[in-house]
Amino acid sequence: MDLNIIWFFLVGILIIGYAILDGFDLGVGSVYLFAKFQERDIALNSIAPVWDGNEVWLITGGGALFAAFPMVYATAFSGFYLALILLLFALIFRAVSLELRNHFQKESTKTLFDWIFSISSIVAIVLFGVAVGNVLSGLDLNKNGDYIGTFFDLLNPYSILVGVLAFFMLSYQGTVWLFLKTEGEFQQKVKNWAKVYWSGYFILFLICTLLTYVLHNNLFTNYLTHPIMFAIPILTLLFMLASIIRIQRNQPLCAIIASSLSIAMVILTAYLSLFPNLIIAKNPAYNLNIYNAASSQLTLQTMLIIALIGMPLVLIYTIYSYRIFHGKTKIEEGY
Amino acid sequence: MDAELLSRIQFGVTAGFHFIYPPLTIGLGTLIAIIEYMYLKTNDEIYRKMADFWAKLFAINFVIGVATGIVMEFEFGTNWSNYSRFVGDIFGAPLAAEGVFAFFLESTFLGLYLVGKNRLSRFMRFFSFLMVAFGSTLSALWILIANSWQQTPAGYKVEGGRAVLTNFWEAVFNPTMPSMFLHTVDASYITGAIFMAGISAYFLIKGKNLELAKRSLKLAVIFGVIVSILQLFPFGDESARVVAKTQPEKLASFEGLFKTQSKAPLLVFGIPDPSQNKMLVEIGIPGALSFLADHNVNAVVKGIDAFPKDDLPPMTLTFYSFHLMVALGTLFILTFLVGVFLLYKKKLFTTKPYLSALWAFIPLPYIANELGWITTEVGRQPWAVYGLLRTKDAFSPLPAGDVAVSLIGFTLVYAVLFGIFLYLTIHTVKTFKMD
Repeated sequence: MDLNIIWFFLVGILIIGYAILDGFDLGVGSVYLFAKFQERDIALNSIAPVWDGNEVWLITGGGALFAAFPMVYATAFSGFYLALILLLFALIFRAVSLELRNHFQKESTKTLFDWIFSISSIVAIVLFGVAVGNVLSGLDLNKNGDYIGTFFDLLNPYSILVGVLAFFMLSYQGTVWLFLKTEGEFQQKVKNWAKVYWSGYFILFLICTLLTYVLHNNLFTNYLTHPIMFAIPILTLLFMLASIIRIQRNQPLCAIIASSLSIAMVILTAYLSLFPNLIIAKNPAYNLNIYNAASSQLTLQTMLIIALIGMPLVLIYTIYSYRIFHGKTKIEEGY
Repeated sequence: MDAELLSRIQFGVTAGFHFIYPPLTIGLGTLIAIIEYMYLKTNDEIYRKMADFWAKLFAINFVIGVATGIVMEFEFGTNWSNYSRFVGDIFGAPLAAEGVFAFFLESTFLGLYLVGKNRLSRFMRFFSFLMVAFGSTLSALWILIANSWQQTPAGYKVEGGRAVLTNFWEAVFNPTMPSMFLHTVDASYITGAIFMAGISAYFLIKGKNLELAKRSLKLAVIFGVIVSILQLFPFGDESARVVAKTQPEKLASFEGLFKTQSKAPLLVFGIPDPSQNKMLVEIGIPGALSFLADHNVNAVVKGIDAFPKDDLPPMTLTFYSFHLMVALGTLFILTFLVGVFLLYKKKLFTTKPYLSALWAFIPLPYIANELGWITTEVGRQPWAVYGLLRTKDAFSPLPAGDVAVSLIGFTLVYAVLFGIFLYLTIHTVKTFKMD
């Protein structure tokens, strides 16, 4: 296996890590307004100590993409310009509203911050999905790798549908997290939300897969060449089912492990369909793949060493932090 | 306006705004780690209350730094795609390393500390904040590795229109990296010291939270006198000498040196007129610039006249930024020397005019930081990567309207953020009562 392939998978791991971890706190944001005012403190406190660490997966993913595949970083980020700026605003609003809400005393101010937090979480989730949808459906690029379509071309029905899939997937993940961290009446409510979002997640995954086959069957090439790969989407469905069954049986820890694995498989399903490309251009000659878009072997090697030293450390203290906060969230433990 | 200019303004706005926050994260974070250490050693409850109070202000500052920092990580791709393609092989790695080694560390341990402190032992409280301070310092290290490489590229070759890494350690330890890192981190310490001293002084003036204020002020003054003197010598001195060696046209612009000369003067005061290529007014110490540049009063220092016009940075902005920064640095040294003297005379907590000055000085280190950043970044123009890639070849070919929209958006959003930051910080200080 060469370094370029290794980095294809490492970037994939960072995306999956981000989707699972920030996924649950974005998801909490998405369902947050359904919680009663008193319940919101619990919801917020459950993600307070960890959301920022979760978001670092995105920052590190962006940095790793820049370092390993700079052509992809440059093309994707400048190509999705307005969408990305909107995403940045959503992430800014989200961070500030969730972190500073409880510095204010007035209930009306808190409610305002609640709305900002929830809406910006939803906007961020949907934009991530729309971006993935566009990468899957292919971008209009010129020779230099610059995007030559418009902002509104990005809002095509297929990509929006992938955005909706992301919405249900991460909102579901958020409800499973809340199911794990809450108790009593609130937990029962969360359980009902989980079922609704799960249904959307399940149906949208099937629809998107079908639609991909109809509209972009080039993405099935890898699967048809190596039929064993169909195990991944099948596993996706199995993990989804396992997750909702565990919720039904009131086993939240198993439920969140299963839903996290299902997210990993959804992303893997899409990501592997691209291989060895990272960005598909409308004109295949301009595709950005793991070789023509990559950094030099020395950089990839150096980065691998950095990742091998750094990431185990990150995992150790991240697990330590989650262990400190294990169990049900208490109302008085927040900022 | 075209996309290039708009992207430059936007980068200036977003980076300049972001840079308000990280220096306090580093400086105040280090001071809080020291306080936690004292709590660990003495088990004196007052230290725990001190740490809790300062950590509250730290947290407000931190979240705005984080929120505006994500923008920086993405902006190279969004607005500077040709830059990203050119430097990606070298510039991306430190950004990724910053995430892996620094951001995970500081955010995880800060979450642990802020939300979980009742679940933590005294040692883990101290250790958590030590990791926050250490993480934020590492973040400065990696981002300055990236930035200093733009100033003095090393360990690379240009191949196929891209800079390609040939030696990782040479790129990391490029000529300006050590001095930039030390200078910036020390500036952060000064920022933390004046912030803590100023707010403690406010409490003393108001007669509130006296025990907390006295211990904090004492800590800030002792810490401040050390770090502000170190900033002059060796860190500031070394920074200037490295610039003289590696980017002589930048030094000439800092100093308004139009003519190449030996025994070049160091200006105490001056008004440059770049259109006539001369100083309108100048008061300088003869030979001092030569000494600064080469530790030899007879050394020849290159002036503006030694360089092609196309390679020169805009002089007025670099000149004034540099000189104002140096003046403020000098003021900080004096401020802390007076503080140490008053401490020695046992009058530190009662000398009202001094306390009022400290409170009023809180904005000054922020201004000095911004000026230093302007000096070094504007002084690098017209290059995005010094000597290799011009700024005009670095931006993304975006529709100007798109960049205008985002620029207006950032300006508005950041204005609101700044308002929230000021309101919460001031409100927290004014309403705080130690129990």
